[in-house]
Amino acid sequence: MYVRDTIAAISTAVGEGGIGIVRISGPASLPIASSIFRAKSNGGLKSHRFSYGAVVNTSNGDLIDEAMVVFMKGPNSYTREDVVEIQCHGGTLVVSRILSLVLTEGARLAEPGEFTKRAFLNGRIDLVQAEAVMDVISSRTDASLALAQHQREGLLSKRIATVKDGIVYALAYVEALIDFPEDDVDVAVETDVLGKVAPALAELDALIEGFDEGRVLRDGVSVVIAGKPNVGKSSLLNTLLKEKRAIVTSVPGTTRDLIEEVVNINGLPVKLLDTAGIRESEDQVEQEGVRLSLDRIPKADLVLFVVDGSSEFGEEDAAILQAIGSKSYLVVRNKADLDVNAVLPAACSGPVVAISTLTGSGVPELRDAITNAFMHGHAIDGREFVAVSKARHRDALLKARTSLQSFVANLEAGVNMELLPVDLRDALDAVGEVTGETTADDVLDRIFSSFCIGK
Amino acid sequence: MIVYDKKYDVIVVGAGHAGCEAALAAARMGCSTLMLTINLDAIALMSCNPAIGGLAKGHLVKEIDALGGEMGRNIDATGIQFRVLNTKKGPAVRASRAQADKQMYRLRMKHVMEQQDDLDLKQVEVTGVVIEGGEVVGVDTRGGVRFLGKTVILTTGTFMRGLIHIGLVNYPGGRAGDLPSIGLSDGLKDCGFDVGRLKTGTPARLDGRTIDFDRLEKQYGDENPIPFSFSTERIEQPQVPCHIAYTNPRSHDIIRSGLDRSPLYAGIIEGIGPRYCPSIEDKVVRFPEKDRHQTFIEPEGRETVEVYPSGMSTSLPIDIQWAFYRSIEGLERVEIMRPAYAIEYDYVNPIQLHASLETKLVHNLYHAGQINGTSGYEEAAAQGLMAGINAALRVQGKDPLVLGRSEAYIGVMIDDLVTLGTKEPYRMFTSRAEYRLLLREDNADLRLREKGHGIGLVKEEVYSSFLAKKELIESELVRLSKERLAPSAAGEDLLEEWGLTGMQNAISYEQLLRRPEFTCQDLSRVYPAIMDLPEQVREQLEIQIKYQGYIQRQLEQVDRSARLESTRIPDDMDYGTISGLSAEVREKLARFRPDTLGQASRIPGVTPAGITILSIALKARYGR
Repeated sequence: MYVRDTIAAISTAVGEGGIGIVRISGPASLPIASSIFRAKSNGGLKSHRFSYGAVVNTSNGDLIDEAMVVFMKGPNSYTREDVVEIQCHGGTLVVSRILSLVLTEGARLAEPGEFTKRAFLNGRIDLVQAEAVMDVISSRTDASLALAQHQREGLLSKRIATVKDGIVYALAYVEALIDFPEDDVDVAVETDVLGKVAPALAELDALIEGFDEGRVLRDGVSVVIAGKPNVGKSSLLNTLLKEKRAIVTSVPGTTRDLIEEVVNINGLPVKLLDTAGIRESEDQVEQEGVRLSLDRIPKADLVLFVVDGSSEFGEEDAAILQAIGSKSYLVVRNKADLDVNAVLPAACSGPVVAISTLTGSGVPELRDAITNAFMHGHAIDGREFVAVSKARHRDALLKARTSLQSFVANLEAGVNMELLPVDLRDALDAVGEVTGETTADDVLDRIFSSFCIGK
Repeated sequence: MIVYDKKYDVIVVGAGHAGCEAALAAARMGCSTLMLTINLDAIALMSCNPAIGGLAKGHLVKEIDALGGEMGRNIDATGIQFRVLNTKKGPAVRASRAQADKQMYRLRMKHVMEQQDDLDLKQVEVTGVVIEGGEVVGVDTRGGVRFLGKTVILTTGTFMRGLIHIGLVNYPGGRAGDLPSIGLSDGLKDCGFDVGRLKTGTPARLDGRTIDFDRLEKQYGDENPIPFSFSTERIEQPQVPCHIAYTNPRSHDIIRSGLDRSPLYAGIIEGIGPRYCPSIEDKVVRFPEKDRHQTFIEPEGRETVEVYPSGMSTSLPIDIQWAFYRSIEGLERVEIMRPAYAIEYDYVNPIQLHASLETKLVHNLYHAGQINGTSGYEEAAAQGLMAGINAALRVQGKDPLVLGRSEAYIGVMIDDLVTLGTKEPYRMFTSRAEYRLLLREDNADLRLREKGHGIGLVKEEVYSSFLAKKELIESELVRLSKERLAPSAAGEDLLEEWGLTGMQNAISYEQLLRRPEFTCQDLSRVYPAIMDLPEQVREQLEIQIKYQGYIQRQLEQVDRSARLESTRIPDDMDYGTISGLSAEVREKLARFRPDTLGQASRIPGVTPAGITILSIALKARYGR
C-alpha cells in the first residue's frame, strides 16, 4: 500500500539532454513548487499552463536557474495526483540542486518507478501497462521501445489468450466428465485433451524462449571482443562504435584496461567489451589486463573471437579458443583486405565473418551476425515477435508450463480425475497473473458450447 | 384488509423445497413461524424430476443435513433407488443420488411440518409484502387477510407471473395444475427490485403400462445403498431400476418438423432457460451431428405407473410430443399422461441480496430458491435453510450465519448469486467450487455440524455422536503417524508383497496409507484393530492421509484470501468519494454493492488496483 505523501525525482536521464525535468507528485506538490518558483507573469501556477520564471533558493533567495514550470491538477495527471514538472537547463548539477531544494521543502525522493506505481495504484493504468511504461522509461534503443509499446497494446495478451484457450478447453473436458457423469460426454480423454494441451504447451515454450529476447532488448547483451594481441580488437571496437575511443597502435598490448561501451547494433543494445590482448606477458599491468579479459569471457553473452586472417592459427589463438569453451562465439577474421586465407582448425567451428577494419568491408555482415546470434532469426525491430520482458511474466509462464506438464503426467499416470483440474487451474491462474483476469465462467461456457449436457 | 390477530416471528411464503427448510429451521430455532402456500397438497412437491442429489447437489443435501435441515432424512425415508456417482474419480467428486417416490416424499415432508411445534400451515395466495419505513412487517393475501410478521421469507418458485407454454398455446399457471401468483412481483418491482424473467421446462409424464421395458437397458441402484443423512443408519426399503432409452434420427426429424410451432423458436418465450438442462429441441438444433440422445426413464413412485423421461423436456405442441415420444425404441405405443411444457416466471436479481439472503432494499425481507434465479430442489432447499436460519437469528438479535466459499457449496452458491447475479437459472456444479477438494460429501459433517449445533438446529444427541466420531478420527490420525512398521517385524513376504523389499528404516502406518492403492484393509494385516473402527472413520483416515498434500495446498489458498473475505464494506459506502477508482470500477461497485472485499474482488471488471484502493479507503475511513 502507499501513503499519500509527496514524492519527487529527476525524470530525465542523468547527464543527458538539453533540458532536465524534476517531477513532483502528491498533495504538497503545488505548495512546494510555489515556494521555490518565481513566475515572471502574475497569477501563479495554473493547471496545465506553462509558466516561465526562476527557481530560487528559499533560504537565501539566490537564483538557481531559469525554468519552465507546469502544474497538472489531479486527477488529470499521470499519477492522478497533483503533479508539478520543473523544466530547467540540462546537466547534472542544476537539476540536482533543484531536486534537493524540492526535497528540502518537504518532498520525499521517489523510489525508482514510483510515479508509475502511483499511476497504477490510482487506477490510471493496469499492471501490464505499468510494467511496460517502466520499460518505455528505461528503453535505450528503438527496438526496445517498439517491444515495450507492443506489450502495451496487448500483443502479449493475445498470445497468452491462445495458451489460455488450450487450458480452458482441457479443463472443460475434464470438468464435463466430472460434473456430468450420467450424460454421455463421449470423449476419449487422453487423445482429445492432450491434443488441446500440446499447442498451449508449445506456445508457452515459445513465449518463455521469447523472454530471453525480451530481456536482451531491455537490458542489452554483453559481447566480449577477444583475441591475441594486435589482431585488431580495438580497431573493431572503434569500427562498431564509429569513433575512436580506444587507443590503437600496432604495439601489442596497447589496450591495458577493459574498455566497455554501449553500442546500438541494429536496434539491439550491446555492451561491447574490448579486452587487453591475451598472451603471456612479463608486464605486470598488462598481465592484470589479460587476467581480466579471461575473467570476462565466461560472463559474456557472446564472444567475438578475432583472428588475423593473414596469418596462421597459432597456439595463442588455440588458447583463447579453449578459454571460450562452450560460449557462443563468432570468428571474426580481420584483415580480409590482405587477401590471405589462413586455414582455421576444425575445432574452430563457430560462424565465420571476414572483415577488414581498415576498409570497413564485412562490418554490416558482422553487425547482422551479432544480432542474429540473439534473435534466433526473429526480426530485430520488435514488431515481428512478442517477447516477455518482465521477470514476473516469465515466472508466471514457467509456473503455467510446470502445472501443465504435471497435468499431462498425472493424466498419463491415471490419477483420480478430481485431481486433474488442480494443475489446470493452477496453470490458468498463472496465466491470469500476466493478464490480470479471472476465468471461472469461461470453463462452464466452454462445457455448454462443446457438449450436449442435460438429462 | 383484515389483520390476523396472531403476530409471527417468521412468515414463509411458499412451501416448496426452499419454503419447507426455511419454515422448519425457523420453527426449530424457536421462532413462531407461519408458512403460506397456494396449495397445501403440494408441499415439497417435486415439480420436475423425481430425484434428489447428483453432482454438487448431493453435496448440498449433505451440507443441509449437517446443518440440521430435513432434505437428507426425507429422501432417505422415501427414496426408491440409491446410487453413488463418480466412485472412480475421487472422493471429492463422489456424489449421492436417489430416485424418490414423488408422492411419498411430499407426504412425509408434510407430516414432518405438521408435527413441528411453533409452525402454522395455511393455504392462501400472497399478493404482496407489507413494508413500513423500509422494513417488512407482514404480507397481504388474496382472501383479504393481512398476516403480520417480524421477518418474511419469499420462496416463490416458478409461481410469480408463471406462464405455461405447450406449443403456441399458453396460459397462466404456477405449475401444471396450480394457480400462478399474481401481483407479488409487481409490488417488488415498485419497491425498486430488479425483476427479470426466466424459463424452465419439464418432460411429459408417460404411462409405464405402454412402455416395452423389456427392450430397454436396465439401470439398478447400488447394492449397498448409502444414505444421504449422517443420522440415517441404513436404507431398508427395496429398490427399483430405471431404464435407458435413446432417440434416433427419425425422432430428430419429428422435432425439426415442429420447430415452426415452438414458442422458443417463434420468440414467444422471452425468459432465459438453463443451458445445462436444454429441451430436446434445443439439443437437436444445437448438436445436429448427434444422431441420438440418451434418456433415463425414471419411475415417479412405487404406487404409480407414471414415469419421467429425463432430458426430454420440450415446449413443442402436443401432436409433436405424441409423435416424438413414440419414435423412441421401446416407446412405440406410449401414452402421455401429462404433457411436457415450458414455464416462464419472475425472479429478482440476487445481487440485491446480502450474503445472509436478506434483501438490501427491504430490511427483514429474505429471498430463497428460484426467486433468486436458481434451479433445482437442492439449491432451493439450501437457500431456504439459510434464509430460515438468518431470519430466526435476526429475530433473536444475533449476527447472521454466512458460510464461506471454503466452507461449503452453500457458501459458494450464495456468494456467486449475491456477488455476480445470474442471467440463466443457476445450478450448482462442483467446478464452481475453487476449494473442491475440501468440500466433499464425506466431510460435510466435519465442516458444518458445529455451526448447526451452535445455532440450535442440530440436536444434542446427534451432536454428541458427531463429536465422538470427530475425536476418534483425530486420535487415530495421531496413532497412525506414530505407530511404525519395522522391517524386521513385517517379514520378508509382506514387504515383498507391498513392494518394500530392502526397506531399511521403519515406516509409519500413515506413510503406508499414503500409498495410492493402499487401504485400511491392507493396513489391518499389521494393525488389525483398525477394522474395528466405524466405516465412516476409516474412510476419513484414508482420505485425509492420502490427500493431505492437496488438502494442505487448498488450505493455504484459503488462508491467502482470508483477509479479503473478512474485510467488510459498510452498507452505506459512497464509492463516489473514493479518489483513484476508475469510472468503470466505481460504477460496478456502486451497482453490485459488495458486502466484503472478497466479494468485490470477484466482480468482473473490478481491477486488482481497484481492490487495493478500496482496501486503503476502508482502512483510512473505518480502520479496517
